[in-house]
Amino acid sequence: MTGLEARRVSVKLGSTQALHDVSFTPRPGWTAIVGPNGAGKSTLLRVLAGLQSPDAGSVMLHGRALASVAPRERAQQLAWLAQQGEASGELTAREVVQLGRLPRLGLFGAPSADDTARVDQAMRDAGCTAWADRRLHELSGGERQRVLLARALAVEAQWLLLDEPTTHLDPQHQVALVRLLQRMAAAGCSVVSVLHDLSLALAADRIVVMAAGQIRAEGPRDDPALHAAFIAVFGGALRIERVGAHWVTIPQLESPEPQR
Amino acid sequence: MSIDRSRRRRLGIALTTATALLLLGGLAAGSEGWSPMRLWQTLHSDDGLLLVGQIRAPRTLGAWLVGALLGLAGAIAQGLFRNPLADPYLLGSASGASLGVVAVLAASALGGHEIGLATAGALARLGLVGAAFAGAFAGVLLTLTLARGVQQTTRLLLAGVVVGVVLSAASDLLTSAAPEALRGRQAFLLGSTGFIGWTGCAALAIGLALTLPPSWRLARALDALTLGVDSALSLGLALPRVRLALIGALALATGIAVSQAGLIAFVGLVAPHLVRRFAPAPHGFTLLASAAAGGTLLLAADVLARSLIAPQEVPVGVLTALLGGGYLIWLLRKGRAP
Repeated sequence: MTGLEARRVSVKLGSTQALHDVSFTPRPGWTAIVGPNGAGKSTLLRVLAGLQSPDAGSVMLHGRALASVAPRERAQQLAWLAQQGEASGELTAREVVQLGRLPRLGLFGAPSADDTARVDQAMRDAGCTAWADRRLHELSGGERQRVLLARALAVEAQWLLLDEPTTHLDPQHQVALVRLLQRMAAAGCSVVSVLHDLSLALAADRIVVMAAGQIRAEGPRDDPALHAAFIAVFGGALRIERVGAHWVTIPQLESPEPQR
Repeated sequence: MSIDRSRRRRLGIALTTATALLLLGGLAAGSEGWSPMRLWQTLHSDDGLLLVGQIRAPRTLGAWLVGALLGLAGAIAQGLFRNPLADPYLLGSASGASLGVVAVLAASALGGHEIGLATAGALARLGLVGAAFAGAFAGVLLTLTLARGVQQTTRLLLAGVVVGVVLSAASDLLTSAAPEALRGRQAFLLGSTGFIGWTGCAALAIGLALTLPPSWRLARALDALTLGVDSALSLGLALPRVRLALIGALALATGIAVSQAGLIAFVGLVAPHLVRRFAPAPHGFTLLASAAAGGTLLLAADVLARSLIAPQEVPVGVLTALLGGGYLIWLLRKGRAP
């Protein structure tokens, strides 16, 4: 039994078939989901988080249908970070991160010293301790993103589902985020992240390549077949090269016109 | 102590002090104007205790309680709908209550037993209060039915607008059939604390006791909603149940307030604004402070309404509209979004 598993899931959003017969099992480690716009990446993540009910197929958590798992129990195991973090209200960064303890405390539980320590740790990990007392709407996009990431980390879930966690981050903090995700994966957490920065995605242990609501390839980052599918779903607009120990994507600016 | 805590503490002290002074002011304000010396003389006159104990005291306390209920309802509405312009009446309670009152007034007029808001006897007043409360609740129920539950915020707000328009049209129709009800309707729309007795105070206090503690207990859900509905769901909140409980509290608080004092404008909108501006905080504090600020605001308006052109009385709803509208204009001129 693998824990979290999407089985032959299909989702229709309005007239668009966002996912079509997708099966996916996040493994321990860090998995990056890549694909062109409208590939169904965020929808797959929302389905895994229990935020989107599939029209067909099912999502299982430890052998039980995810829909039948109590919301709080689900939230303790699956932490989700939204693509575009909202920031209304008057909460400070620290108060937002404290919300990450809600799945543990419930609405009525009082935070203990242990909860406070875990909130502090999540803020340190996400690098947002410096503005703990500033309100979310006063922060820049990158600062806010790190606070929201800390909120997801504070849940201490087995599965970390991150939709575009590098949005608004400068290169320095993108690198810090990648190292953090690698550390979390090494510690036994299953991290699944949708990434638009393809070179960062190639730092993940495994890559899922999606297009048109389907998984086109899945495998370790060194897999040549995966690289081929990777390039194909982006219409040949990039190539993948090895630089030192890392794979990077390079735009094919010299080619005539990418296939669409 | 952090700046935030210090500001919250200062706001708490300011509201407590203002409330204490205004309670005294409410006892002292009468048809001859406002005077502490006059209060002393009144208390020592033959019927002074009766005047203060049976008329001014319940009215003063009632004004604070109505304001507190509206302030609380406004804070719930703004948190729940994540909209700083949301007010307690947006789910159809105002038009429902108004229709309830107009229906009673029109029925009595058509039946040849015309009653007026100012002259109604105890039984008739009870009927009007009951009709307003039932109307407010029916309005909210109609909105929830049209919106098919509490899941979709936009649908709820739209349904509230539709119910407001339709029920107001129904009130217009009734007053066309029975023009005698028009004056009563106008008085109800302007709002007044002048008819609140001890029974009304008891109803208002029970309303506050039934709505404030459960809302405060659900404050963390409102905090989570500031991150968006999906984020709140991902944190394990049973959002449909939480929403239903908060809308129930919102409807109960508004229904009881409206049934006792008519449609008091702007208090529910402005009180949470003032609290957030002077002491931004998580909803646990905002809900409590908005109730206290609403009570203080309405009590201040009530004392002013009685004192400004004594022995005449300015409808308190007109004053709250002027003060609330003035505050929002000030915000706009300062270039700060509400």
